[in-house]
Amino acid sequence: MVILFELALTFYFAATIVGVVELFRGSRATTRIMLVLAAVGFALHTANIAVSLLSGRIPVTNMHEASSFFSWCIVLLFFFIEYRYRIGLLGSFIMPVVFILMLSSSVLPREIKPVSPMLQSYWLGIHTALAFLGDAAFALAAGIGVMYLVQEHFIKRKRLGSLSNRLPSLQILDEVSYKLITLGFPLLTLAIITGALWAESAWGSYWRWDPKEVWSLITWLIYALVLHVRLTAGWRGKKAAILSIFGFSVVIFTFFGVNLLLKGVHTFVR
Amino acid sequence: MRVLVTGLNHKTAPVEVRERLAFDGPGLEAGLKGLLRLSEVKGAMILSTCNRVEIYAHVSDPDRAAAAMKAFLSEFHSIDAGSLEGSLYFYADRDAIRHVFRVASSLDSMVVGEPQILGQLKDAFEFALSRGATGVILNRLLKKAISVAKRVRTETRIAENAVSISYAAVELTKKIFADLEDKRFMLLGAGEMAELAVRHLIKNGVKDVTVVNRTYERGVELAKEFCGRAVRFEDFIKELVNTDIIICSTGAPSYILHKSDMQMIMRGRKNRAVFIIDISVPRNIDPEINQIDNVYLYDVDDLQGIVDSNVEGRKKEAERAEAIIEEEIEKFLKWQTSLDSVPTIVELRNRAEEIKQAELERLMNRLGNVDERQRRAIEYAVSAVVNKLIHPPTVALKEDTEDRDMLIAMIRRLYGIGENNGSR
Repeated sequence: MVILFELALTFYFAATIVGVVELFRGSRATTRIMLVLAAVGFALHTANIAVSLLSGRIPVTNMHEASSFFSWCIVLLFFFIEYRYRIGLLGSFIMPVVFILMLSSSVLPREIKPVSPMLQSYWLGIHTALAFLGDAAFALAAGIGVMYLVQEHFIKRKRLGSLSNRLPSLQILDEVSYKLITLGFPLLTLAIITGALWAESAWGSYWRWDPKEVWSLITWLIYALVLHVRLTAGWRGKKAAILSIFGFSVVIFTFFGVNLLLKGVHTFVR
Repeated sequence: MRVLVTGLNHKTAPVEVRERLAFDGPGLEAGLKGLLRLSEVKGAMILSTCNRVEIYAHVSDPDRAAAAMKAFLSEFHSIDAGSLEGSLYFYADRDAIRHVFRVASSLDSMVVGEPQILGQLKDAFEFALSRGATGVILNRLLKKAISVAKRVRTETRIAENAVSISYAAVELTKKIFADLEDKRFMLLGAGEMAELAVRHLIKNGVKDVTVVNRTYERGVELAKEFCGRAVRFEDFIKELVNTDIIICSTGAPSYILHKSDMQMIMRGRKNRAVFIIDISVPRNIDPEINQIDNVYLYDVDDLQGIVDSNVEGRKKEAERAEAIIEEEIEKFLKWQTSLDSVPTIVELRNRAEEIKQAELERLMNRLGNVDERQRRAIEYAVSAVVNKLIHPPTVALKEDTEDRDMLIAMIRRLYGIGENNGSR
């Protein structure tokens, strides 16, 4: 249903605009407007994905659908975080990412090619859902990382303003970002494991050094490092925030760069 | 009846004059009584705080009343009337209403937006009310002033930011830490400002307090006061590994905590955040410490800078508050004009006529065939009843008595006239 997708995109765009305005002169009212716009967008987006699922297809088989599903996972987790921690301002940092992903989705090839019979299995749904939910957790961790850097900048420079008043405390930002990484990391781990099992059943080998596999492994190593240095060397706060932003940029490269620049079993156009 | 404000405040009079004019405890009662004895004053209340002494009154002739009040103030406090010249201000009608609203909303305060004034105003009003000194107009004015102040509080951000150093310290703490209950706090040294900040922190949830003082006994004493424990000065650096918030206020002539110490401490803490407030002058903590990751060091000038920028922000919000006040003045004046007797008489008659017509119509419908003569007789009887009932209030409204304002307000309320802009 193209119209549902376009409408969702429109609402995400409106939420992004309100979110950016909110950064400069916000109040509780603008936060609420942004949340409502994002929620309407999310409902339309969910309907859009549900229509595909009901027609018996898992909508992750071209770049358009994959990018759309990725943004859907991010908004889903965003609302979960908002419900748990009431960090509405996070929307100002994450809705632009969602909007850009949706916009890329709208220009990426929409052509639905039949999935090669070898890959037709329930693994497709499990593997991709795990991978995208993990990536969404990393996206939100990075968004909160940016908020941390902004708030830390204000406090270190001793210039507090209205934005600083509306940002949560450093402790909260650091904790939530860490929790998101501890959520994303096992999801990514499971995605890699299910991918390997699936590859074994489809092609007879667990690991083929396909570019996507390699970059996923790199992502996995980066987040393993983030968790490791936090626990051993106490890399928390600013360093952890920078690492989480770096980690997400690798996620984005793995998602777009590998699919569009490098060829392999994960590229949709073969 | 008109509203008059007389008084002086921190802008017009120095503290020596303000304290001589202040009405304290027993003086307040006597002052209020004295004011009401003035023939020009129909109702009054006195607001006496450390920053202002003001009389709010309702009077029939503001000029004469102002002169009488000035004479009263100089006599009551035995101050030469001439020395009050230039300090006293007088506002009547619209200006008086604006002044009362601004005072209540803390726009006229020394620290704009400070919340205490509203409580002081409420107390002053309740005192006058309990002595029966206020009338309908003052009651209404003060109730309105309190609701205006609340509206200003909720619709503007005038009271949002800390405007004292110790509050600013607490606010900063909350920007770094989410939950203060599990944080460990250390007071290094002593001092009025530091102790005030400690009290604010405790009020905001801090439980674990350690006190360090060069004189151990003094430290023990202070620790008792904050339900904390004392640590000897020589040992304080060891304690810092487990300390999240530090307020330093010692009289040391040089730095007592250096960057290298702090770097070691941070390794020991696995980089958990530390907030250090150094309010000692000269500074006791090496400013370079602020460069270490996860350490936030503020000295007294930094805190003052935050206070100043908050004060600046409050000024902007104050402009929005003034607009709200202008709006509320209009509403109040509208209500006050409605207290004129003529419109009240007209409305009372209209109301009676409405009821009469409605009831007659119902009666005629029920009776069915009634000839013209009977009809006129019925109408005559009903009119007579209505007119006789509204005659006494009409006469009372026309009389020029002292309590006419109250009478008008009462009649409006009893007969349900102008309920929408009426008594509540």
